Formats: sequence, C-alpha cells, structure tokens
Amino acid sequence: MDINIARLAGIVISAVFVNNFVLSRFLGLCPFIGISKKLDVALGMGISMTFVVTMSSMLTWPIYHFVLIPHNLQYLNIITFILVIACFVQLVEVFVRKFNPVLYKALGIYLPLITCNCVVLFVTLLNAQNELSFLESTVQGFSAGVGFAMALILMTSIRERLAGAPIPEFMKGAPIAFIIAGLMSFAFLGFSGLMVE
Amino acid sequence: MKEKIACFQKCFMSGVCAENPTFRLMLGLCPTLAVTVTAENGIGIGLAATFVLLGSNIIVSLIKDFIPAEVRIPCYILVIATFVTITKLVLQAYLPMLYSRLGLFVDIMVVNCIILGRAEAFASKNTVFMSIADALGMGIGFTLATGLIGSIREILGSGKWFGIPVIGEFFNPAIAMILPPGAFFTIAVLMALMNKMNTLKKVKTG
Repeated sequence: MDINIARLAGIVISAVFVNNFVLSRFLGLCPFIGISKKLDVALGMGISMTFVVTMSSMLTWPIYHFVLIPHNLQYLNIITFILVIACFVQLVEVFVRKFNPVLYKALGIYLPLITCNCVVLFVTLLNAQNELSFLESTVQGFSAGVGFAMALILMTSIRERLAGAPIPEFMKGAPIAFIIAGLMSFAFLGFSGLMVE
Repeated sequence: MKEKIACFQKCFMSGVCAENPTFRLMLGLCPTLAVTVTAENGIGIGLAATFVLLGSNIIVSLIKDFIPAEVRIPCYILVIATFVTITKLVLQAYLPMLYSRLGLFVDIMVVNCIILGRAEAFASKNTVFMSIADALGMGIGFTLATGLIGSIREILGSGKWFGIPVIGEFFNPAIAMILPPGAFFTIAVLMALMNKMNTLKKVKTG
C-alpha cells in the first residue's frame, strides 16, 4: 500500500484550517457555545473529543468496507455508525472509570455528551462517502478532533477575556458568543487560499 | 374532546413560540446554520426535521412502556436513525437537487438535539396524541426559524428570495452573508433582538 503524504497533508490542512469542522461546517456547536467558559474544561473536552473521533473513524472503516459494502447495505450506514459510536463511548467510559478514576472525574460528564456530538458522526459518514482509505480516514478523524479542540480553546480564551468587558445586557451569553464565532470564522476564511490539490 | 383540542393547541403553540427550539431552547443549531444559505434550503431542512420528529415522537410514545429505563437513549437513537434513513432515501429519490445541497446534514439529524430532546423530555412521558402536537409545534417552530435565517441570508447575500431577485440593481449583495460568518452574525442578531424584546415585555408587565 503506497502512502501518499501530500494527500494526507491535504486532509489535515483541510480538516483543521480550511474546512474547520466548527467554524466553516457548523458541527459540534452545542459544546462550542455551551462549554466554552473555562479553559481547563475546554481542554478536557477537546482531548476526549479527539480520542473518540479518531477511534470511531478507525472502528467504522472496517465495518463499512468489510460488512456493509459486500452485502450492499450502504444505506444502513447511519444506523450502524451511530450504534458503533454509542457503544464505543460507553466502553471508554467504563474503561476509564475502572483504570483511571482521576481522569474519569475530570472527563466524566463530557464523555457521554460526545455520543451526541455531530462531529463524530459526520466524520465517519464523510469517510464513507468519500471512500477514503483506512489511513486517510484515521488521519481525517484525528485532524477533525484537533480542529475542534483548537476552535474550542480559542473561543474559550476569548470568552475568558471578555468576562470583564462592558457588553450590553441583551447581547450577553449566546449572542456575543455567536458574534465572536462569526469573527473567528472570517479569520479562518483566510485559510481557504491554502488549499493545495 | 374540547379539552383535548385546547391541550393540542397549547402544546403546538408552545413549540412555535414560547419554546421555539432555535431561539429559546438553542437546540439543533448545527443544521440551522450550516445549510441555511437560501430560504429554500432552510425550509427543506426544517420540513425534513419535522417529519423525523413526528415519526420518532409517535413511535417513542407508543413503545415507552416497553423500554427499560437504562437503555432508553440507544433505543430512541435507533428509532430516530430509522426515520432519518427513510427521509434520506425519499429525498434522494424524489428531490435529488435538494438532497445534493443539504448533503450529509440530513444524515446528521440523527444526533440533532431537538429530536432526541423531544423524545426524552416529551414523548417518553406523554400520550401519542400530545406527542404529535408537540412534534408538529416544534417542527414548525424549527422550520420558521430556519426559513427566516435562510431568507435573511439569501436576501442580504445574493439579493434574491427563493431564487427570485427582490432587491433592485442598486443593491450590492454582501457575499459574507452566504459564507459561514454570515450565519453566525445572523443568529447572533436574531437572538439579541429576542432578548431585547423579552426585557421590554418584562418592563411592560412588571
């Protein structure tokens, strides 16, 4: 199997910068707006997210290519993938609780939340739709997680600075968070020139 | 019977206004922002979500007594995934143009918090009749919100509404509105307006 480094680099740059899953594809907005208030929490969420999305990409690939395609069951991909993701997250939760209670305490609430994060499902479906190879799927999953973590951490840092700012009463909370997201999204538009084919 | 109809109306209206899923509950934001480049897309995703919501609410309220509490969430997700698959196949077969524009965002409705949220918070505790009212109210509230955001973005971003030019030649469309940042700004302004109206209302009544 030949490994095309340029193609992999393209996938990384596309997932992290050009088509950042949060800022230009609007995925995973709920934690993005809801959780982005404390930096350490955002960091924990970002790391668990990266782990889950990478592993889900790796898990769903063999299922799609060795089970669904040979039996012509591609249309069942949504149901299969969401089940795999839900089971995997549950397993991780049990495993972490057993072997690393400290980490479990830190991540506890966020792990189950990730099941319902659209980024995970979207990445696995995108891998299947674009017929990526196993390595490419894994790389795409990992970069999607990194892109999500980066956007979340940037957002949180800005919102921490914003805490003391004089914001009009009716703009507080969600509206100002969306304005920030919009400005960040503008900045990320600048990356669109980066796309190398 | 009359009481039932009044109840139905109350449930329905609370979804459209008081508990509007987008502006009040802030649920299901991903599709709301991602596909609302035009008014047509907005209405399309809204109606697709309404159908899934209706189906999942009916089934969940029917089977709520048979599902053990510990595994209810995976069960709900399976029910929802079934209806999403149906929607996807129907769209692909009969409205391929719309599906190609909405793309994977139809699939993503499986993990849409509105649908799972209503199954968990409403359909699992209420009768089929009430669940239908709730699903229709929430679905139409969602469709109105996506349609509104889509209209604003399409008019400001390309000077058209449902593909028909509505603003004269003098208007220079702001492309940013149909790019990702425009979606964030639109929802920010709409939410701020909502907040402002609420505080004014409170001052009046309080």
